[in-house]
Amino acid sequence: MSKLNSLAISENGFIFKPSTGESFTTNEIGLLIISFLKQGKTADEIINEITKEFDVDAISAGRDLYEYLDFLKREKMLD
Amino acid sequence: MSKRIYEHPVLRKVVEGIPNKFGSLKRLQPIATIDTVEIDSIISKYGSPVFILSEKTIRQTYRTAYRAFSTRYPKVQFAWSYKTNYLDAVCRVYHQEGAWAEVVSGFEYEKAIDNGTPGTHIIFNGPDKSDEDLIRAINNKSLIHIDHFDELYSILGLTDKLKERPQVAIRVNMDTGIIPQWDRFGFNYENGEAWNAINRILSSGTIDLIGLHIHIGTYITVSKAYATAVEKLAALANKTFDRFNVSIGYIDIGGGFASQNTLHGAYMPATDTSPSFDDYAHAITTAMIAADFPNNETPMLILETGRALIDDAGWLAGTVLANKRLADGKRSMVIDAGVNLMFTAFWYNHEIYPVHESSFQSEPTTIYGPLCMNIDVIRKNIDFPMMNKGDHFVIKRVGAYTMTQWMQFITYRPNIVMIDEKNNVHLVRKAEDKEVFRRQELVPEHL
Amino acid sequence: MSNQKTITVAVTGLNNIDSPGPGVSVIRGIKDSGLNARIIGLAYENLEPGIYMPGLVDKTYLIPFPSTGSEAFIDRLAYINEKEGLDIIIPNFDSELYLFIKYSDQLLNMGIHTFLPTLKQFEERHKDNLPEYGEKYGIKMPVSKAIQNSKELSNLPKPLSYPYYIKGKFYEAFKVNNNNQAVSYFNRLSAKWGLPVVVQQAINGTEVNVIVLGDGEGNTVSAVAMRKQYITDKGKAWGGITINDERLLEITHDIIKKTKWRGAMELEMIKTDEGEYYLIEINPRIPAWVYLAVGAGQNIPEMVCRLAMGEKVIPVTEYEYGKMFIRYSWDLIGDISDFEKIIIFGEL
Repeated sequence: MSKLNSLAISENGFIFKPSTGESFTTNEIGLLIISFLKQGKTADEIINEITKEFDVDAISAGRDLYEYLDFLKREKMLD
Repeated sequence: MSKRIYEHPVLRKVVEGIPNKFGSLKRLQPIATIDTVEIDSIISKYGSPVFILSEKTIRQTYRTAYRAFSTRYPKVQFAWSYKTNYLDAVCRVYHQEGAWAEVVSGFEYEKAIDNGTPGTHIIFNGPDKSDEDLIRAINNKSLIHIDHFDELYSILGLTDKLKERPQVAIRVNMDTGIIPQWDRFGFNYENGEAWNAINRILSSGTIDLIGLHIHIGTYITVSKAYATAVEKLAALANKTFDRFNVSIGYIDIGGGFASQNTLHGAYMPATDTSPSFDDYAHAITTAMIAADFPNNETPMLILETGRALIDDAGWLAGTVLANKRLADGKRSMVIDAGVNLMFTAFWYNHEIYPVHESSFQSEPTTIYGPLCMNIDVIRKNIDFPMMNKGDHFVIKRVGAYTMTQWMQFITYRPNIVMIDEKNNVHLVRKAEDKEVFRRQELVPEHL
Repeated sequence: MSNQKTITVAVTGLNNIDSPGPGVSVIRGIKDSGLNARIIGLAYENLEPGIYMPGLVDKTYLIPFPSTGSEAFIDRLAYINEKEGLDIIIPNFDSELYLFIKYSDQLLNMGIHTFLPTLKQFEERHKDNLPEYGEKYGIKMPVSKAIQNSKELSNLPKPLSYPYYIKGKFYEAFKVNNNNQAVSYFNRLSAKWGLPVVVQQAINGTEVNVIVLGDGEGNTVSAVAMRKQYITDKGKAWGGITINDERLLEITHDIIKKTKWRGAMELEMIKTDEGEYYLIEINPRIPAWVYLAVGAGQNIPEMVCRLAMGEKVIPVTEYEYGKMFIRYSWDLIGDISDFEKIIIFGEL
């Protein structure tokens, strides 16, 4: 998760990647997912956390999570 | 403990210099009802997709248009353009409001008669009229708008056998500054063809020339083009009067008023740029009043506008089938209505809305129809909120041409319903099913 | 004059880049004047330099592109107005003028004043309508034609011949020497700015420009003539110098008198070696080089503000000849946190 730790993430959802100078925006759930990832949680654990707190079923939450993870990988913010 | 509302997680790259959400996003407000009727309830009862017509909007739009012209000019007559939408229910609303019928084929002519239109209130346009069609129209004293010399000679040939004198107008094409010039219909003004046709008609002594017709093009937003057209038709009317002592009873200015749908390639949305009925009425009636018609008479002004009268009254509601990421990472959405129903998507940027609030985040999305064809695109690159499979959408302003140009391709054509003025929903055209096709098809015995 | 009440002026066109918008120059003019003004920047893109220039704007808001439609546009302005209490808006882009003119009454109801041409004045000087415009007002113009279809390019009416300019509906112009070039630019311009695309005969001569302000009753309140000294590859002036060209100013006064133009405009003209003047374009707004006019003694942004607020402005005719402007770029050091605010909140 070292790559995620190198990002500058503001509580407003603004993400700055110092290594490339790129910036990104994310929303509340996105910020939450990133913080879980930083804590080293697995995908299943994150899905579990999200379904506990939000009104969403595990299948939808999982589908969204994997799409989000794909985006992080594509932008090389995650291994 | 109640759980918090879930949002799809979103991660978006900031592209410098490219407008972000404050720059480009018009927050799409969901549309849940049409004339107070829940769209969801219509879909659950009549299936998905489904076309929805608003009788209230049809009548209101018609009245606005009629008011715009009739308050500026003494003799105004609208004729409903059947090809734009020839559902009987729709046509009858217009006829109730006082519109005549404008038809371009034997099929449409039969529909107009079935809808109770008197023969004398049917305008018969177009290049395709069979002898059979012409005989019926002559006997009914319908207004035949002649398109070409072959048709003129057919009518001349029929006059010997028939008791009634054909009531005709000629369609004229001309340069009004509009590009492209529609010179494939009617007789040209500038090269003298129109004048030749008038000579031929009036020197026969067996046909009555009662009107002049022009249709300068479609989706015309330049009001002054109409003014040019009226001036030239008035010149023709004067020449006719001087030579034959015949007054032209009416000028049919055709249609072509733009709807508020935005064409592909337009920079500004049409809702901000389309002229209103009042703009058109001002341009056309000013020209009619200024023009010097023979004997100081004011000919009747006939309007055949179709698109601008019906587009706003039609909606298409349906269901999201799937969401997909394309190879380049862009979002796409597949819906259950394609170009088979929305032929107009080839030239309009149709306005599409979710029926319910689904997400506060939106992202550039391409919306595809369900057909197995690459060209089946309903909307390219629209900033659209994330919707889930099974969610409902509704497309605005689809009353014109969709229900006449739709294709039966791959699947059945859906139900069409009309919401009446008391907000009751009526089925006005049944969805097709396999029986419809069984009835039409014949299988040779050896198969 | 400096003790008057504060007025709040919103200005667009903060894109002070290689093809600059006029916003920054307009703001400098207002700041140099006797007006006690608070400046609100309105930006379309998150990197418009004016957002970040120290001491220029008091606050900036991002606004939606006009192509999004009037609803979103007016909503956003209403929101900004609620927070800032705008007195005046000075729009500086051709593409937004249509909306500002069309909704000027609605803006006035919100307490926001503008000083813009009427919709009719605005529409009739469009590039695709220039030949008729010239005829109506007796102005000499190069032959031009509005084109709807690239096929028309191979069959242009005489006397149009190479080289000619091909121009987008709102912006951009390219000089072309053959049909292939013309078709390729046609496609580019029509995709970007819509139809029609305009073809205009190239005229040999010196380009001279006038910035002019009409009061809407036929009077020229202010006019300054300038020759571009050097033109960048984008066709923009790099440097320019005020000139004393009486004939040019005479033509300008005549145009304002006949058109009763309300607001600022820029006339782009070519003066041929024979001393004839051809009008090649009318920009219906303040041009980016307006600060040269300010420097030469005519503060057009200030006058626009005063006229917008209904003040009487006495016409000025004098200005200094030989005043120059030289455009330069300057690297501003910003911080990502400012960028973040614009991205996330749309305000800075």
